[in-house]
Amino acid sequence: MISLLPNSTLLLASGAPDITALDKFKDFVNRWSVPQYSLPLFCILMFAAFFWYRKWTKPAIFWPLMIGFTIVYFAFIPLDDSYASILKKPDNVPISMMVFLTLYFLWLGLRQAAINDQNMEIGKPLIEEDREDKVLCWPDLVYSELLAMVLCTVVLIVWSVLLKAPLESPANPAGPPNPSKAPWYFLGLQELLVYFDPWMAGVVLPGLIILGLAAMPYIDTNPKGNGYYTFKERKFAILTWMFGYLILWCVLIVFGTFLRGPNWNFFGPFQVWDPHRVDPLTNINISDVWYVVLLGGKLPENILVREWPGMVLTVFWLGALPVLMTRIGFFGRLRSQMGFSRYYLMAVLFVIMLLVPVKMVGRWTFNLKYIIAMPEINFNL
Amino acid sequence: MLQGVINSIRESQVWSSIFRHGIPRDRRTRVMAIMSNVFLHLHPVAVRKSGIRLSFTWCMGGLTFFLFIAETISGVLLMFYYRPVVEYAYSDIIGMRAHLTLGIMREIHRWGAHAMIISVWLHMMRVFLTGSYKPPREFNWVVGVILLVLTMLLSFTGYLLPWDQLAIWAITVGSKMAEATPFAGMAGPGSNLLQLPGGIPIVTPYSDAKFLLLGGESVGEAALLRFYVLHCIAIPLGAATLIAVHFWRIRKDGGISGPM
Repeated sequence: MISLLPNSTLLLASGAPDITALDKFKDFVNRWSVPQYSLPLFCILMFAAFFWYRKWTKPAIFWPLMIGFTIVYFAFIPLDDSYASILKKPDNVPISMMVFLTLYFLWLGLRQAAINDQNMEIGKPLIEEDREDKVLCWPDLVYSELLAMVLCTVVLIVWSVLLKAPLESPANPAGPPNPSKAPWYFLGLQELLVYFDPWMAGVVLPGLIILGLAAMPYIDTNPKGNGYYTFKERKFAILTWMFGYLILWCVLIVFGTFLRGPNWNFFGPFQVWDPHRVDPLTNINISDVWYVVLLGGKLPENILVREWPGMVLTVFWLGALPVLMTRIGFFGRLRSQMGFSRYYLMAVLFVIMLLVPVKMVGRWTFNLKYIIAMPEINFNL
Repeated sequence: MLQGVINSIRESQVWSSIFRHGIPRDRRTRVMAIMSNVFLHLHPVAVRKSGIRLSFTWCMGGLTFFLFIAETISGVLLMFYYRPVVEYAYSDIIGMRAHLTLGIMREIHRWGAHAMIISVWLHMMRVFLTGSYKPPREFNWVVGVILLVLTMLLSFTGYLLPWDQLAIWAITVGSKMAEATPFAGMAGPGSNLLQLPGGIPIVTPYSDAKFLLLGGESVGEAALLRFYVLHCIAIPLGAATLIAVHFWRIRKDGGISGPM
């Protein structure tokens, strides 16, 4: 488990006079920002946002929330040096932009979904329903395109004048910086390296993301919700996709950029990046759990014998779970609607996506390292 | 007086040889304006009003395309000053900073690349939320997914070119993944099982996926040249081709999506 030395303790150690309420608040945020607390919280927040999407998307509720969030987000720049140094790094500016734009557009989409879902219930037409009402592209479309181009150019030029593109010291193949980070848009994958080996985090999972995205229109046989905003008619598709995009992609990028410091250790937003901090790793494999902890013996020599518990779990997860899921009413209906190949393609992709949070929980609760550990052939899952 | 000048320009042979229609003020000339222009005729003549509402499209696809053009133009300008050789790459960037008057091309190129990644993600989110990937637009969504990947690869290959610490170590982290490709990478599962008769390994540090990507065992001059060529030629050509397909398919699949 990651133990965080509270800022207030550091302050006491350095002989600072007293701990303010602000320090206590920062400690609180630092403690709760570790992934084992904050990722479940983000999940709860996301599912709550979709559960109450008709309530909070009302402009009178959303805008105060958004403005409040914006104030809090930027208010800590003058109040905390570590936070300011993370946020003001020129290459990190896009991540802040991504956070705000994603929140804004999530609202914009869900707001229209809420209105459309309401309208469908009371028999009124959708926002998008005006098939007879055609306008000419000149001037209605080309002018707004021109305006968008001009605005985009202005934003780019202002951004470029205000912020210099970063340039560090010349490449030194002998001296890696600590931490060494991939470009920000791949930091979600780098964050997965904490839980998976590179062949999973860097090859198989991204490969499956691309495959899954490409397969989506062929898997999703729900004829509803085509060409208009809705949530009610496509709950499963939207929740699954948004979990992958918002939590497993965007939140992990924010973690990777803002909160992963030297040695890829996790630091709270108000914590100093201490390069000397060592987080002890006492991770265990499923084979250890089975043979050593449960049976009280030692690991067998033969790797297939040694790893059978993990292999059984994996085969169960990928092979049996998609079948067993059909016992649940909802997935049973999906199975009969979608047909054999569509359903199993969807279900296997679905359980592989679920493997990511499941392995995270395993790490957080009993320090799980590998489900199958075969370092002999570099096969560690 | 001014009106007279404008009128005489509009009536000149040069003007009317370029623009075959009058000022787009009535329906006929507005239709002509779209149809007789090679760039504008990407658009249909008329569209559903709700289809082009900003709150429906978020304009993110269009902005992505615009950023692609901005990246192409600023990128070409940067190529005038940059040599993809280990000895010169870094100092060329320094020189660009030091000697170019009002030099913000590198900034435009870098921030534009970041913005393009965000806009392409938001475009994907919009298309997803409106269910616009559903029939008959399935294939265009697939083309879009490939374009999404190409956008990130464009940015990734460009990341190496400044040849500073940030660049080579980010690419080192990224290319470590290639090393872990199952069977094809040195450190990937199963690669040591692939052997020729006599126990000669097939996948070696000189023949695995990482070597293919970097042209060497580590990020060095071969990698710099490879990434430069991929960044400036191969991926942009691929992306431009697929963008054309993407736009053409929007029209062929029934235009901007809407309720059936």
